[in-house]
Amino acid sequence: MGVEICVEGLTKSFGQQVIWQDVSLTLPAGEISVMLGPSGTGKSVFLKTLVGLLKPEQGSVLIAGRDITRLREHDLYEVRKLFGVLFQDGALFGSMNLYDNIAFPLREHTRKPESEIRRIVLEKMDMVGLLGAEGKLPGEISGGMRKRAGLARALVLDPEIILFDEPDSGLDPVRVAYLNQLIVDLNAQIDATFLIVTHDIASARQVPDNIGLLFRRELVTFGPREKLLASDEPVVRQFLNGRMQGPIGMAEEKDAAQIEQELAELDAGNHRGPMGGKGASGPGVTPRLLPSPGIPRPPRWRAIAEREARLHPQEVADA
Amino acid sequence: MNLSPTAALRHSGNLFALALDVLRTLPRRPFQAREFIQQAWFVASVTILPTALVSIPFGAVIALQIGSLTRQLGAQSFSGAASVLAVLREASPIVTALLIAGAGGSAICADLGARRIREEIDAMEVLGIDPVHRLIVPRVLASMVVAVLLNGLVSVVGVAGGYFFNVILQNGTPGAYLASFTTLAQLPDLYAGELKALVFGAIAAIVASYKGLNAKGGPKGVGDAVNQSVVITFMLLFVTNFVMTAVYFQIVPQKG
Repeated sequence: MGVEICVEGLTKSFGQQVIWQDVSLTLPAGEISVMLGPSGTGKSVFLKTLVGLLKPEQGSVLIAGRDITRLREHDLYEVRKLFGVLFQDGALFGSMNLYDNIAFPLREHTRKPESEIRRIVLEKMDMVGLLGAEGKLPGEISGGMRKRAGLARALVLDPEIILFDEPDSGLDPVRVAYLNQLIVDLNAQIDATFLIVTHDIASARQVPDNIGLLFRRELVTFGPREKLLASDEPVVRQFLNGRMQGPIGMAEEKDAAQIEQELAELDAGNHRGPMGGKGASGPGVTPRLLPSPGIPRPPRWRAIAEREARLHPQEVADA
Repeated sequence: MNLSPTAALRHSGNLFALALDVLRTLPRRPFQAREFIQQAWFVASVTILPTALVSIPFGAVIALQIGSLTRQLGAQSFSGAASVLAVLREASPIVTALLIAGAGGSAICADLGARRIREEIDAMEVLGIDPVHRLIVPRVLASMVVAVLLNGLVSVVGVAGGYFFNVILQNGTPGAYLASFTTLAQLPDLYAGELKALVFGAIAAIVASYKGLNAKGGPKGVGDAVNQSVVITFMLLFVTNFVMTAVYFQIVPQKG
């Protein structure tokens, strides 16, 4: 069973620069949550704060009843065993081949015999479609393969919480689709709590139970998927549409007058500039991605499937 | 680089904290024997050849200087004694220090720095593995052991080089040179030299690890970290050498 993460009043800054402040949210146990946000709003920093790699200035992160920001180093390492983290570039150990990389956590933390380790490693490698690449070094494979290997390594210890740092970046659309299906299947199988940091709207639309949006040094919103997808918040709308008009600018936020003007243009139905990048296809709720047919569904997923069947009878019947 | 006094103080404090962490983590099981052996082999392989090549001319220079000095003072019979003393007490720990810091330390720093910027260190911490235990302690121990062994190598090669230059090139008397070996030098000199090497090895590895672990800002950051680690190590080593020599003269009674 997954573990609930309860974030309370979290503030992080580097020197004078505040990254985000007073972030409070609860990642419900066993559910999939997505954290959206323009580049450079500290999504990765948020992820690293959750695992205690960075210390926040204020606030608390409660995991299984323990505040990770106040733990002693030794206890911190214990709590981290609950986590599996997929880093942006996979963060594989460059000196080891893929097999040893994925076997590494097992060899360090368990006393399993080598045959058992081999079985688990090959099972996870099969899961991410890397069978046959055991002997390759991380430097010899593509970014997508590194990412999948990083995911396999994050999974070997059967974590209770899995964090994904931009799982889609650097992958082609087909692999993103496979990865999303894999994430949903994993959630149905291992019941862990998932947090995905991304700016791929298409994934955020289909995969999660909850969505949050970080912008302008704060958490703009966090809540159930449908609520955010139907939100009227200008930042959310701009992000979901992937358009230039709105509060998010190229470098950082725009000045208030310009935002006013652009929002007025939009209200008048006056769109300009490109839109729809990164799967940003506007507001509106789309059907959820369900676990693959062969995968036994726990009660939570059965409930979700029934609800989806009610809301989108057409699409679910097609699928 | 930030040169404000508080930043300098903070870095010194963090460096010292890492040294204490290493000390505290030292007895933790399981000992990373594999990593230790790999690192010891690695540090040895990058330092042995340059050390031997540096210590030959170093021994020769000392022999030449002392040879002419003793002739000027009319104390030729002491030339062997003096050059052994110089090699054993100062030259070999210093050569060892330079090589351990320059070749071993820079390699350790570059390796850890690259791991840091590729998020490997973060990944390791997230996997619940303490990098100090898994990576730093074996490297510090490896560098200490190799430094002690290198110090032995430098002493032998330095003394042999001195003998060669004094006896063959300056026409010294072989018998007198060898016989005078123990007139000034004594066993505690060797112990002190080895102790110095041990401490130098530890300092070089800890500074390199500290700089490597705190590298930031991409590949350039790793380059900067290596550069700083070598400079800082040199400064620390020479200060430490001075202090240890001063203490040595206070506690060990000298011959003659």
